[in-house]
Amino acid sequence: MPFDLLIVDDSAAIRKILQRVLQKTEMPIGNIHEAGDGLEALAVLKANKISFVLSDINMPNMDGLQLLAQIRANEDWKAIPVILITTEGSQTKVMEAAHMGATGYVRKPFTPEQINNVLAGLTGSPLNG
Amino acid sequence: MKQLIDSATIVMMVRRATTDVLSTMLAIDAEPGEAYTEILPPANTEGVVSFVGVTGAEWAGTGCLRCGSGSACQLAGRFLMTEFHHVNDEVLDAFAELTNMIIGNMKNDLELLLGPTGLSIPTVIYGKNFSTRSLRREEWIIVPFRCGDDLLEVRVCLQERQSKFSVTRYGKKQEFILGR
Repeated sequence: MPFDLLIVDDSAAIRKILQRVLQKTEMPIGNIHEAGDGLEALAVLKANKISFVLSDINMPNMDGLQLLAQIRANEDWKAIPVILITTEGSQTKVMEAAHMGATGYVRKPFTPEQINNVLAGLTGSPLNG
Repeated sequence: MKQLIDSATIVMMVRRATTDVLSTMLAIDAEPGEAYTEILPPANTEGVVSFVGVTGAEWAGTGCLRCGSGSACQLAGRFLMTEFHHVNDEVLDAFAELTNMIIGNMKNDLELLLGPTGLSIPTVIYGKNFSTRSLRREEWIIVPFRCGDDLLEVRVCLQERQSKFSVTRYGKKQEFILGR
């Protein structure tokens, strides 16, 4: 069954790059939804069945950690894997994200291989970029 | 005001962050040029400038990327694998994200020396004849990078937060403390 993904980043450039990376994997991908911040992401989650969320942390209106808290607090969404993709690289932030229930963490700048490796860990099969 | 970290350390952080981001995301081997400092505001310019605020418990500052509009199109084109002939929203967005990544990575190094640090959302400006000013006369460290035919400047200003200073009142020098 194809996976429907949600990319959350206030940068259209990063959303475009991630779209390209995801489309080059062998992962069976259905729809790729986009949101510019946490609030927009919640609206997408309400209207669609999402398999994975890839989210930035630093965003206006609602940041990635607040979004993660909302996802983990919702019965329907709490099992959705959430990968944080961010420039925030401090040990404190990584630990905070892990304690809040993040599934994975990728630091910007990233290579397509790094994204593929994280997704492969989720699907349990190697993905070629 | 005193400088928090010596210039050589900041230059090293900027070089590491910039070359890392440009090689990983744009496949560009950027050549760092000789760093220098500037107090006077830069002359009127043409091109793209973006700013990100960085702040810690006892200090604050700004990181900035600056280049000509042709170079901004080239860098954005490498970033998004698209050709750009003029500056548009996509170019500005890509430039803002590059700033976020470069200054964000420098911030990660700064945190090891100065403790928890926050980063603002980037602001990007494009124009043909504009100048930028800081409200205070502070020293900026400028690290130029040659990226093929293009030149990119990364500029950083970090200062300790001024929490108290002296004022002269009724002929007497008194200390004035800013609450925070």
